[in-house]
Amino acid sequence: METTCEIPPAAVRARLKLPAPLARDVLGIAVPAGAFALSFGALSTSTGFTVAQTCALSLLMFTGGSQFALVSAIASGSAALPATTVAVLLGSRNALYGLRLTGLLRLSPLRRVFAAQLVIDESAAMATSQEDPEHGRMAFWATGLAIFTLWNLGTLLGALGGRLLPDPSTLGLDAAAPAAFLALLAPRVKARETRVTALVAVVVVLILVPFTPIGVPVVVAALVAVATGMRMRAHVAGR
Amino acid sequence: MWPAVLLGSLCCYLLKLAGMLIPQRVLDSARVQRLAALAPVALLTALIAMQTFSTGRHLGLDGRAGGLCAAAVLILLRAPFLLVVAGAVATSALLHLA
Repeated sequence: METTCEIPPAAVRARLKLPAPLARDVLGIAVPAGAFALSFGALSTSTGFTVAQTCALSLLMFTGGSQFALVSAIASGSAALPATTVAVLLGSRNALYGLRLTGLLRLSPLRRVFAAQLVIDESAAMATSQEDPEHGRMAFWATGLAIFTLWNLGTLLGALGGRLLPDPSTLGLDAAAPAAFLALLAPRVKARETRVTALVAVVVVLILVPFTPIGVPVVVAALVAVATGMRMRAHVAGR
Repeated sequence: MWPAVLLGSLCCYLLKLAGMLIPQRVLDSARVQRLAALAPVALLTALIAMQTFSTGRHLGLDGRAGGLCAAAVLILLRAPFLLVVAGAVATSALLHLA
């Protein structure tokens, strides 16, 4: 009897088991995100969204930048349609992550329908920064699911008790995501075209921020930077 | 506010899904593979700059910039990921206090 109870088989356990360093990194990126969701919940309900609408945003939209953009735009007096447009514009970067993730994850069409909801900055950054594709796949699912859980839990708590919480910026939590992205990107930005792409992205986004609507700078900067990086490679290859 | 919540969420999901449904033969093209490799780098560096130096449409330096500097130093010292994030959060919090 005891031997038959030895499930799951080793292969299944191996698939489910995250290497400890990867699990630590996932927590390192997911816990600050969950804490930040507290402030999203608080901001959203103080703007006039109901608790149900606030939780629906985190469950269904589930892309932090877009959620903050939508709620902040409404808070600053924007009408619903332009606010939604900004949120969608910011969300368009998730389509670009798909270019890289689709090849890495190799999923059946049905699973893609579920995996798509987990495509966010953090899961894309973690998945694409792993050397080994198998670790990349694990990093995608672990990061996506951990953040989905903590982000929604944080949103609910923030929406219910938001005014009791301190501002996340006084806790320094607003520095967590940029620091995490920098740590994940730094080892990968070695080739000259990658460095130029990164530099162009930074310069263009900073130039555009004061002059364009929220949501435009990141998307335009990324497109300009990718185009520059690709031209460089073509130029080098052509010589 | 429900129309904004639901329409915005639907569009954001469809964008995520669109990226995941790009056919394999498109992804096999060498040009698309280069684009796919550069896109996350470009998007994430643009995001780092925006999340660190902007508030709405205003640029400025505050605790977040200090946090990012601390992260950069820790990365150069080959500190583990968790320490990089914790160092950035602590530095930013201290600068917000000051």
